[in-house]
Amino acid sequence: MEPDLESPLRPHAGSARQEWKHPSDHWLRGFVLDNRASLGTLAVFIVMMAVFMVANPTVFTTWYLYSSVLTTLPVALFVVVPLVFVVTCGEIDLSFPATMGFAAWVFALVVQAGYDPFLGIAAALVTGMLLGFLVGSLVVYGGLSSLIATLGMNFLLRGLIQIINEGKSMSLTSLSNSWAYKIFSSQIYGVPVQIFWAIAFVVLSAMLYNRHRFGAQVRVVGDNPDSAQQMGIDVKRVRVKVFVFVGIGAAIAGTFSVMINFTWWPTAGDGYLLPVLASVFVGGTPTWGGIGTVVGGAIGAVTVSFIQTGVVAAGLSGFYVQFFNGLIIILSLLGHKWNQARYR
Amino acid sequence: MAERIIELRDITKSYGQVYALGGVNLSVDRGEVVGLIGDNGAGKSTLIKILSGVVRPTTGDILVRDKPVSGWSAARSRDAGIETVFQDRALAVQQTIVRNIFMGRELTGFMGWLKVNKEIEEASRLMREIGFTSKVFTPHSIVGQLSGGERQGVAIARAIYKQAELIILDEPTTALSLTETAKVFHFVRQVRASGRSILFIGHNIHHVFDIADRFVVLDRGKVALTADRSAVKSAEELINFMEDVAHPGGLPGLREAGEAEQQAR
Repeated sequence: MEPDLESPLRPHAGSARQEWKHPSDHWLRGFVLDNRASLGTLAVFIVMMAVFMVANPTVFTTWYLYSSVLTTLPVALFVVVPLVFVVTCGEIDLSFPATMGFAAWVFALVVQAGYDPFLGIAAALVTGMLLGFLVGSLVVYGGLSSLIATLGMNFLLRGLIQIINEGKSMSLTSLSNSWAYKIFSSQIYGVPVQIFWAIAFVVLSAMLYNRHRFGAQVRVVGDNPDSAQQMGIDVKRVRVKVFVFVGIGAAIAGTFSVMINFTWWPTAGDGYLLPVLASVFVGGTPTWGGIGTVVGGAIGAVTVSFIQTGVVAAGLSGFYVQFFNGLIIILSLLGHKWNQARYR
Repeated sequence: MAERIIELRDITKSYGQVYALGGVNLSVDRGEVVGLIGDNGAGKSTLIKILSGVVRPTTGDILVRDKPVSGWSAARSRDAGIETVFQDRALAVQQTIVRNIFMGRELTGFMGWLKVNKEIEEASRLMREIGFTSKVFTPHSIVGQLSGGERQGVAIARAIYKQAELIILDEPTTALSLTETAKVFHFVRQVRASGRSILFIGHNIHHVFDIADRFVVLDRGKVALTADRSAVKSAEELINFMEDVAHPGGLPGLREAGEAEQQAR
């Protein structure tokens, strides 16, 4: 149908809008359709919390429980979010735990040498970016499978840390008096400050994903790399960039984990590998690339963090944790499969 | 004489031992519709990939507006005003129409942030311009939900944004319904009327015959014939010529023109 642009019956201004009118243009319906995956994740989280709440109302209404989750959750958020970008781009990065440990190590070294922690944070960020660039270049320009290559880099970097430190940790008690600690890791009215930084990071990244050229190109490259190439996008560069982004996120996460504990361990970051990966997919980002949700990933991280605390607090023994972890992951995946269609 | 948009000189392309193109000369002037025809394996796709910068020729020169270019790439081709609608349409099917139209040249403002409203406005305008509007989809619709013709519309809308000088249409009517084909033809005439050029590649010789000002017949990596519209009486004549090239010893007529072409080189 040719649109009748000259029709005198219709006011000219605003006619374009009307022509595109569609049932999903209603704001609520549009919102639900656009955010299907993350809303599904939120629903899973709410149901899970409701079950916990019923199982043990007294524990789940005390602030201490939430405060303890909010202390460690930010560390996971700083890596889950960049991983959503990587998975959207059609890659995977399993080297982030070692990058976390490595960047945190640099931070700890700078602080131990007596420099200002801010300088340490800067050094950690640079380390994270360099390691991300190294891993990304290896995968992209070396033409390696990101699954295997990043797994190898994780062992390699972690091994390097272990060889040099011979398993010794670093205690940084001076941190508690520093400005950096007050700004990034103290508490305001019982709320750990780092959660605000993590939320800011999630919001900024969600905007980067949806409203920035970087996010747009990451999605297109993950969706159809050949088209992206044909349309003049430097596909390899976009791919390297997402790995650098993970490096930055891992560096921030590693630094925060040191500031929370005042201690750096040679194993710092290791425990995050599987929960963080699970969070990305629980959050509703599919494995095939092209689409994903940053906010969903963040909610996924919250869900995964609460499982462990929740299972124990609900009165079950620690032996149940893994079982429930798996249950939530499988149920979420089934939910997302039903919730979103894959277009080809 | 009309301005020459692009010229390929003695282009060869080999994949290992196999020559896909063996010395092709091709040029497109401003405001003309060139129909490129040839059998399967004649080298049409390779030629298009070279024009769009996706593939670099093994040897040969590319001239944009009579100036030789170096470092030919997809981005350079687009900068030179050449837009390609690929046969597979090169769409990212999980993305919205807007994201596909602005793929690789996102409208950005401060620090690379997208001008979302501007993009939606422009996308709506483009979709209306080519007459591929419908009440069931919006610029936010996912391309994977659209029909083949609608997807073609998105690919064409992407090509006409930025007033491209030359639009390459690779088999644009394949798998389209009659009305959709008519729309594509209408679009081609519109583009020519606006003084821009089109390189129209087609399997269906009748389609190409209806629309082109000049025909280029490709055969086994070489140009077998270049003929103006006025030199060809009917589509059948073209078909006969192509059969003749494939199986020599056939009909006269265009055959001589083809031989003249061979001798000229």
